[in-house]
This record gives sequence, structure tokens and C-alpha cells, in this order.
Amino acid sequence: MAVFDSSDGARRRHFTQSIARSVFAGMTILLILPVVAIIGLLVVRGAPALSAEFLFSAPMRGMTAGGIWPAIVGTMWLVGVSLAVAAPIGVLAAVYLNEYARDGWITRIVHLAIVNLAGVPSIVHALFGVGAFVLFLSLGTSILSASLTLAIMTLPVIIASTKEALAAVPMPFREACWNVGATRWQTIRHVVLPNSVAGILTGVILQVSRAAGETAPILFTGAAFFLPHLPQSVNDQCMALSMHLFTLSTQVPNVPPQMTYGTALVLLGLVLTVNATSIVIRSRLRRKRRW
Amino acid sequence: MVSERPKVQFETLTVHFGEHIALKDVTLDLRPNEILGIIGPAGSGKTTLLRALNRTLELTRDARIEGKVQLDGEDVYRAPSLPALRRRIGMVAPLPVGLPMSIYDNVAFAPRMAGVRSKTTLDGLVETCLVQAALWDEVKDRLADLGTKLSGGQQQRLTIARALSHEPEVLCLDEFSIAIDPVTTMRIEEVLKELSRRISILLVTNLVQQARRLAHRTAFLLMGELVEVGPTEGLFGRNPSDSRTFDYVHGMFG
Repeated sequence: MAVFDSSDGARRRHFTQSIARSVFAGMTILLILPVVAIIGLLVVRGAPALSAEFLFSAPMRGMTAGGIWPAIVGTMWLVGVSLAVAAPIGVLAAVYLNEYARDGWITRIVHLAIVNLAGVPSIVHALFGVGAFVLFLSLGTSILSASLTLAIMTLPVIIASTKEALAAVPMPFREACWNVGATRWQTIRHVVLPNSVAGILTGVILQVSRAAGETAPILFTGAAFFLPHLPQSVNDQCMALSMHLFTLSTQVPNVPPQMTYGTALVLLGLVLTVNATSIVIRSRLRRKRRW
Repeated sequence: MVSERPKVQFETLTVHFGEHIALKDVTLDLRPNEILGIIGPAGSGKTTLLRALNRTLELTRDARIEGKVQLDGEDVYRAPSLPALRRRIGMVAPLPVGLPMSIYDNVAFAPRMAGVRSKTTLDGLVETCLVQAALWDEVKDRLADLGTKLSGGQQQRLTIARALSHEPEVLCLDEFSIAIDPVTTMRIEEVLKELSRRISILLVTNLVQQARRLAHRTAFLLMGELVEVGPTEGLFGRNPSDSRTFDYVHGMFG
């Protein structure tokens, strides 16, 4: 009997299988299309604006000419300061939660709070920033206020991603260390951290790009509409790329379109560069995997 | 021998995991320089007993420990320092664990954490421990390789070497030979006999013949209860004091 002859049933199954495959593939293409379209549009329309003058000079003539240098510098200030605050706090808190805290109801509530905090819309963080930093702590609208607001926004995600990286180190490694009389700290220092540092960095870096792109949290807390000079300290206000893009596209009349697209392209380039760094680190981690 | 103080003393030890009772009122001594075999079917509380000694049991959620465990007459549950307590006890768990570091570092880890810095001391210690664990010949030319890349049986012996590296007074072996071939097992058993001149050994094993070969005395645990403990020959002879022991060691169980 010819078992492998194609019967009607087999042909029908083959047909169903190709339909399923096409549907899944189609969804994937649908997913990629907008990304390609956005990048393509930005490159085509924004690239002509890119020049040394555009990158390294301040906006002029009511923002209809000149460049975006203060906004680039401002974004770096904001991201740098917020990272300097959020990264150490987030990573250390995650180490505590994952390595020291006993698994009791308090830990669970803290964990739940962190997960929910990560889902709070950024405009809510912005309003919290205005209340807490600008008004209550009287830091005024400044880089410090804006960065702290960004830090509050990125903290829960940094804690969550760091915890995940730590939890990826198998438990038996820790137990083996404790069994030979290593303290918790020695175990963390010599076994847990060396084997999770790449994952921790990846998580932190992804938050850099998120902080760079957010507009709402800095809108009322420290980002300026227009400042012809660069900030001198964290007490100054600053421009920011995301805010500048918002301003150019909605607030100012007669802006040459390629300036708007150029600004968006620079912001996107910055974020993608940062993300690419994190991808490189992640792939290094895979290659250096030690178990 | 009679007046000698026990090295380890479990006194009316009862362990609950939530509702489940893992050990029920177990009283058991480990004498100095003795190999005490602990046999019993799966789930009879053998591992729990060992983990109660080095206090890793309390890392398990819901574990509730009653009774007393003493090391040299001192209550381990009042030990001022857990790392110091655990350094006195070598623990070999049934699943081999190579730490994600070099073979050398795996063995040198414990002494380093205890503050040993001298390269010569460490070198000597690493070699001794690996020789005792019958692993030295296989790895002496590649001590810098990752411990996690060794085969299962080799990692098991690496675990034994690590347990010896902090020069424990009591060595707890939990099914150490499941991943090791019979010839290597014999070599390690010889080492254990040798070691028992200096230290005391708690040998948990599923292989009743292994207990018979090595143990001076053997304890039989069943469903968390100590059925009997006595000289190995007696337990394996015609008339152990409990008929369940006879059934178990002669394979007439379940």
C-alpha cells in the first residue's frame, strides 16, 4: 500500500498549512512596515537638513532657521543626570529585592507596586514631578527637576529588568556558594553580579533611550521652549530634542519642514544608536555565557 | 569510645514543610571519625537531615524546624555566624554544580572567601582536593577551563573537591555517586575511608551496598522517622531490630 501517496486529506492539510503560514508571515510584515516607513520618511525628508551648521548651532529667527545644538546638549544633560540618579538606586534596590529580601508579603507588595509603577503614564509622572520637585522641593523648573522626574519614571523599569537579569543566574550557584561558607555579599560579588552584569546594563541602556524620547515628564519641569545659550548647571533650564520637535511641529509657524524632519531624524538616530549598543552588549553576553 | 562526645547530635528533630512532616522526632548521633550511613527510600527525609545541619534548610520557604542540632555540643541554631558554621561542614548535594568559573577557581573559591591569599597554599589545596575527589588526573592540564563545561560526573567530583576545600570537620555526602561510574566511585570510597581518620562523615545513599561497604553504623529512615540505627553489620545481618529494615535492605520493599 502506498502510504506516502497524496490523498485528498493530505492535500487539504497542505493547503491549510500554507494559509496559516501566510497569515503569520503577513502579520510580521505588517509589523515591520510602519517602522521601515517611518525611518524611510525621516531619512528622505530630514537628511537634506543635516549639516554641521544644523547640528552645532542654535535656532535662529524665531526657530525658522539655525540648528538644534542646544536641544542635543539639553537632552544629554537630562538623560545623563536622570541616569546618574536612577541607575544606582534601581540596581541596588533590585539586588536587595532579589538577593536579600525574604519572600514574604511585604516583598510581594513592593514587587506589585514596582510593576504597576512601570505602567503609569508619563504625563502622570510629569504632574508628580511638578508637585514634588518643582514646587515642594522648590527646585524650580530646572534640569534637576526634569531629570528627577525622568528618573522616577525609569526607576521601576530599571528595577524590574535588573531583577530579571539577577534571577537568570541559577539558584544552585548561590546555594553552592553558601554551602562552602561564602557570605551573601561574597556570593553576589563573585558569582551573581559577574554573570548578570551584561543583562543589567542592557536594561539600564534601554531606559536611556526611553528617557531621551519622552516629552511629557520634562514639559513642565525643566525643558525650555527656546534658550539661545547652553545650560551651565543642573539648576538651569534646557532645551531638549523631544520638546523641540514638539515645539517645531505644533507651536511655531513657518518652520521649514526639513528642519522638523531633521530634528526627528537626529532624535531617532540617537535612540537607535543607544539601542544598538544594548544589542551589542546582549550578544556579547550570549557568547560569554559561562554555563 | 564510650565517653567520647558526639561530633554531631540531632535531638528530637522535627521538620515541617507547611503541612507536610519531613522529619519526625529524629534523635541521632554522629561520632568522631565515624562514617554514618543514612539509608531510606526517596522522601524519607535524608536530605532534610543534612540541610538541617548546615542550616540551608531554612532557605526553603515554609520550613519549620523544631528540636536541636548540635555540632561539638554547640547548638547550630544559635551559631553566631552562618558562614563560619558552614565552613565546618562540607556539603555535597546530589545534583552536581560547577560554579561558572574556572576549575581552579571552583576549588579555590571557599579558601579565598575565608581569606586565604597565598598562591602556594591555594595551589597545594586545589591539587589535594582534586586528587581526593579523583578528578585531578582528568583536569590537571586544563585547570583554567570552565567548571560548568565538565561532564556531569566530573562536575559531581568537582563538587566533592569544593566541599573538601574548606577543610570541614564534618562531610555530608548526599547521593554523591549517582553520576559517577563504578570504578571512580570505588576510588572516592577509598578516599572517604582515609578521610574518616580525620573527620566525620554523614553518607546519605540510595545504594544500600555502599552503606554496607563504608559505614561504621547505619541509620534507616522511613517517611521521616528513624526506624533504627546501629552497627552496619547488625542492620544488614539476619536480625535487625525492626522487620522493616530487613525488608528494605534486602529489597523487599514496595
